[in-house]
Amino acid sequence: MKFTEDHEWLLKEDDHVIVGITEHAAEALGDLVFVELPDVGTSVSKGDEIVVIESVKAASDITAPLDGEIIEVNEQLTEKPELVNDDPLGAAWFFKMKLTDPSEIDNLMDEDTYKELIG
Amino acid sequence: MAEIIQTALYELHISLGAKMVPFAGYEMPVQYTTGVMKEHIHTRNKVGLFDVSHMGQIIIRPKNGNLSDIAASLEKLIPIDIIDLPKYQQRYGFFTNNHGGIIDDLMVSNQGDHLFLVVNAGCKKTDIEHLRENLGENCKLEVLENRSLIALQGPKAEKVLSEFSNQIINMNFMDTLKIQLQGFEVWISRSGYTGEDGFEISIPNENVNEFTEHLLNNEDVLPIGLGARDSLRLEAGLCLYGHDIDQNSSPTEAGLNWAISKKRLNNGIRCGNFLGSKRILNEISNGADIKRVGIVPTGRAPMREGVKLFKDSNDTRPIGRVTSGGFGPTVEKAISMGYLETSYTKVNTKIFAEIRGKRMEAVVTSLPFTKLNFKRSN
Repeated sequence: MKFTEDHEWLLKEDDHVIVGITEHAAEALGDLVFVELPDVGTSVSKGDEIVVIESVKAASDITAPLDGEIIEVNEQLTEKPELVNDDPLGAAWFFKMKLTDPSEIDNLMDEDTYKELIG
Repeated sequence: MAEIIQTALYELHISLGAKMVPFAGYEMPVQYTTGVMKEHIHTRNKVGLFDVSHMGQIIIRPKNGNLSDIAASLEKLIPIDIIDLPKYQQRYGFFTNNHGGIIDDLMVSNQGDHLFLVVNAGCKKTDIEHLRENLGENCKLEVLENRSLIALQGPKAEKVLSEFSNQIINMNFMDTLKIQLQGFEVWISRSGYTGEDGFEISIPNENVNEFTEHLLNNEDVLPIGLGARDSLRLEAGLCLYGHDIDQNSSPTEAGLNWAISKKRLNNGIRCGNFLGSKRILNEISNGADIKRVGIVPTGRAPMREGVKLFKDSNDTRPIGRVTSGGFGPTVEKAISMGYLETSYTKVNTKIFAEIRGKRMEAVVTSLPFTKLNFKRSN
């Protein structure tokens, strides 16, 4: 698993990656009440705001971790946003994307480096 | 910037794992380890304990010993019946300004030889200045810095608090009671701001930790932060000052006509004679241009404060705005309150909100969103 400074995790699966948010992020956001996912087939650039999430406290975004194309989204989250708080590293993945340059994932943080970041 | 104030319960909040945030000049718990959603639901099902010590506690005494004189002075600032407020009874009201807006909403009770006011933290300074400027020479004002205030809210609050005195069970909504505990006095009112039955309790600062810890030892009681306090009062359709009401909103616009005593209305025995009475009485008779309503989004996306409202999906002219909004954990959906031009305020009117550049459908509803569970007298 790889991590971004925006508290997303990426997991390689076949020719694509699965993306979600970390436990640290889920805890900081508080109870989620709304998730709006991107359309499958959308081309995204690193940093694009592609998912809207709202907790009891506020609205925020999840950005594209790298360049690529959205190939699947976790529709379950639309109906059950609370999954993100219950199982952020598992059942509550947000989307799967095909990376424009698959090697870019290697530049992201490993778990130890991420843990250092969040202290 | 002024220094941030910690309440007497600060250390206790920290030890309970509270996430502290600045609020109206105070460092307050927004949530504990339980989290906003569960704290909210716990309050509706059992009992929530809130530190509301940031709120202002003010005593007004008559220098001449005659309470009805200060009640009459206060009636010029608050359009409710204070002169005939029965002893040990509390009433909800608001300070109005010259043009009929609301300076603050508050609780006032008759304590026999004095009046006791509880005002919002964010308005405390303004309120005190307003009182000093407008109350006559006969009124002696005491701002209590030596007392904390906690709220115990929820269906089991009576059971929990009756442990201290069985007189508690005889109290009805808006009754007040002073009880003597070991070496200190607590001032209780059967009220709150969650829509649940419950109590607000004023306790000397030096005793508040012990008292609060004792309450928290009861397995039905959990500490609740400002996050859940906000969603609880939103579900209960209650206004948050500075958001749903302010210096510009009138009681009629805000849907608070019910709070104005009949005696102060046209044909009442003490009609008018309060700040802003011209506009307020006129609007009570003829209505206002805008009105506060409940709003339920058709979809799941919460419509939060500041969101503009439109009559359809294209029209560019806003017909209103959201003043409070979020997710209601008990009603299990997004809910909002806001102001709309009066012609759009009929229940079930379809309106549209603009969120992130998109028009989203919503429906006008009545308030509150949840049933209010106050203990009314029979």
